[in-house]
Amino acid sequence: MTESKLVPKSPANGPVAAAVLSCGFGCFVLGVLAVAADGSKALATALNFYNPTGPLSGVTIVAIALWLVCWAVLAALWQNKNLAFAKVSAIAFLLLALGLLLTFPPFGDLLLGH
Amino acid sequence: MEITQRELVTMLHGMLFGGYYLLALFGALVLLLERSSHNPDATSAQPTHRWQTIYFFLLIATGWAAVLSGAYIIYPWYRAVAPAGADLAIYPKYLLSAHPYTAGWHNFGMEWKEHIAWIAPMSSTMVAWVLLKHRAAWNADRVVRRTVLGFAAIAFLSAAIAGGWGAMINKKAPVQGGASIQLMGSSQ
Repeated sequence: MTESKLVPKSPANGPVAAAVLSCGFGCFVLGVLAVAADGSKALATALNFYNPTGPLSGVTIVAIALWLVCWAVLAALWQNKNLAFAKVSAIAFLLLALGLLLTFPPFGDLLLGH
Repeated sequence: MEITQRELVTMLHGMLFGGYYLLALFGALVLLLERSSHNPDATSAQPTHRWQTIYFFLLIATGWAAVLSGAYIIYPWYRAVAPAGADLAIYPKYLLSAHPYTAGWHNFGMEWKEHIAWIAPMSSTMVAWVLLKHRAAWNADRVVRRTVLGFAAIAFLSAAIAGGWGAMINKKAPVQGGASIQLMGSSQ
């Protein structure tokens, strides 16, 4: 008598990969814009979307907008795909780590030569 | 017993939104650690309980409420330009920057806090979304579970740094001003 065993179909990890990678990307953009706005008066002025808050308003609005757009685009592209999640995870963590590092003022000052 | 409008809003920002968010994030971390440690069966994804949906919704809502109220209500009070000769007590940024011994609270503390804070709600939104919408993929792959757990830990760290600096800066140069609100009758 043979025993049949159902092999479970692995759920697509594409949507999760899209969420993770776009989150890392958004954090990285936040860090880059924070340092760039600190180093460039013209950029700081351009990012001054709401004057009482100053350039922080533009830095965060742009970062969040790019994060959400990136998430939507990747989610559409990877909707039913199964990706090498370890690679996606490594890239996402690298972007997140860079984002964290760029928000640390001494590191930003070092990059800008302050 | 009175409190000013700005003090009340700052308390809501830090103690209600920020405080609840940190507690909830720590709870979510414990939940994730517990769920990541065993080997869930990929074929039978655990259903998302209603309380989990509410919990994560409140987690995300308070995280975003904390950063938005901080950036768009309290930060403008904090960074308002002090006119010449003004009492710096109600201009915290200028009060701190006026002295080299206190300038670091702004140049380092506030500069770090105002940016790193945003990483917390961004990361926790992603974590909650994966847990609520893609539980099967989360159950099926250990790398997915570890990645999500890592982002949740970074969210907690970011929120703790932002909250910690916020509390210390507000102790050093409190946001004050606005109309007085009577909380209780005078006890003489």
